[in-house]
Amino acid sequence: MQEELFTSGRHIPNIDPSLQIWHWPIALYLFLGGLAAGILFFAALFYILGKEKEYPSAVKIATTIPPIALSLGLLALVYDLTHPLYTWQLYTTFRIESPMSWGAWVLLIVTPLSFLWTFSFYRESFSNIESKLNLFKRLKFLNTFEKFVITNRKYIAYALIPLSIILGVYTGILLSAFNARPLWNNAILGPLFLTSGLSTGAATIILLSKSIKERHLFGKIDLGLIIIELALIIHMIMGYYAGSQVQLEAMELLVGGEFTLMFFGFVVLLGLLVPALLELIELTGYKVPVIVPAIMVIIGGLIFRFIMIEAGQLTRYLY
Amino acid sequence: MRYAMVIDTLKCVGCSDCVVACQTENDVPHGYCRDWITESVSGSYPNVELELKSERCNHCDNAPCVRCCPTGASHIVEGGVVLVTANECIGCGACIESCPYDARYQHPDGYVDKCTFCHHRLVKGQLPACVSVCPTKCMYFGDLDNPNSEVSQLLKNRKYKTLAPEAGTNPHVFYLI
Repeated sequence: MQEELFTSGRHIPNIDPSLQIWHWPIALYLFLGGLAAGILFFAALFYILGKEKEYPSAVKIATTIPPIALSLGLLALVYDLTHPLYTWQLYTTFRIESPMSWGAWVLLIVTPLSFLWTFSFYRESFSNIESKLNLFKRLKFLNTFEKFVITNRKYIAYALIPLSIILGVYTGILLSAFNARPLWNNAILGPLFLTSGLSTGAATIILLSKSIKERHLFGKIDLGLIIIELALIIHMIMGYYAGSQVQLEAMELLVGGEFTLMFFGFVVLLGLLVPALLELIELTGYKVPVIVPAIMVIIGGLIFRFIMIEAGQLTRYLY
Repeated sequence: MRYAMVIDTLKCVGCSDCVVACQTENDVPHGYCRDWITESVSGSYPNVELELKSERCNHCDNAPCVRCCPTGASHIVEGGVVLVTANECIGCGACIESCPYDARYQHPDGYVDKCTFCHHRLVKGQLPACVSVCPTKCMYFGDLDNPNSEVSQLLKNRKYKTLAPEAGTNPHVFYLI
């Protein structure tokens, strides 16, 4: 029998033994980007459908989160760069094959749009804050600017639908484009991260909603998204099982390896199955505080990003 | 023109002269390497085989690092050499994540660095530093597009392998076995 007895490492102290280039800022950003994409998608969709009065949390209230989330996420991204003074180089070119280039350009458009969206509802939804700050009285030009944004809000909504989907998908494709990291290198990661982002977005809308009707609708939407996400996770694991040796080894980290408890315990069970069950019970008429499944979904989504970032970098080609 | 490196694993003694030459020539910071030696023993006692390899960036045809780079700092120049322009690199690490050979590292100054096939020497008509110092002359460098070059002839007449060809990168450092 041919057996490998010994292979030396490379002994490069600052590179080996394991590659850990991306740390918590990337995981946090992937979560915040997905969350922002989810909220913006629902806000734009329900605005276009003309349901802004029926679903105020989705269109007006929860949309205060994306500008904050995207700003924090961008800060985290720049913090993780090792040559940050050259960040502007991202905007001197567009690389169609690089997901990160797509992301950089989409963020450049989505972030200001999310600020505009929140601004356009600021006086309407946060009149109590405005009555204290009196911003519109002090800065007269805000009135004209607000009028301009509100008249163009429809176009912002139409732009946000595709842009938020690209933002949500790209957070997954960013990872799946790396064929050197077998755990990431599967085509399902894009749709999976998008679904997870939409689901955490719906959960945030539920958290901030005061209307029972809105909570019920987004409870149903979230339930549907959780089911899709579970199906995608099953497909992902089936894909690893059917994959090459490197993918089998990658899967062992999630199934039976060091990330098993985190993945199946915190993401699949506490982040998807239990909240789905609670939402189902709530829909059948029992009283369940909707805040509980919503928070579980959000935390599950966050943990999922951390697991994928950490575990993915442990997997590699062996030769 | 397509530059390629051919390394004879039967002649390599693992002396690390190529590693030292590279660090000196390219001023590689302490604790990092652009090339390195791996040593693997396989088989069952008493029939065991030792293989020594000098490894580095494979200057792939289908380079995932170039594909993933968001700014175009990683690029391919004439001859198929993959290079990084330091003042276009933002240090995002995408190329490092995408490399199946872990051939790249973040330079302490922030940008990403790697083997250049000593491009600054090639343009002067010199060989890469590692090739030029190899005491056993186990490393060969040349143009694969020229059927009469030493590297083309070696690959024609000898058995060879590349590293992780299953990664689909079409690497251009060849190992004679």
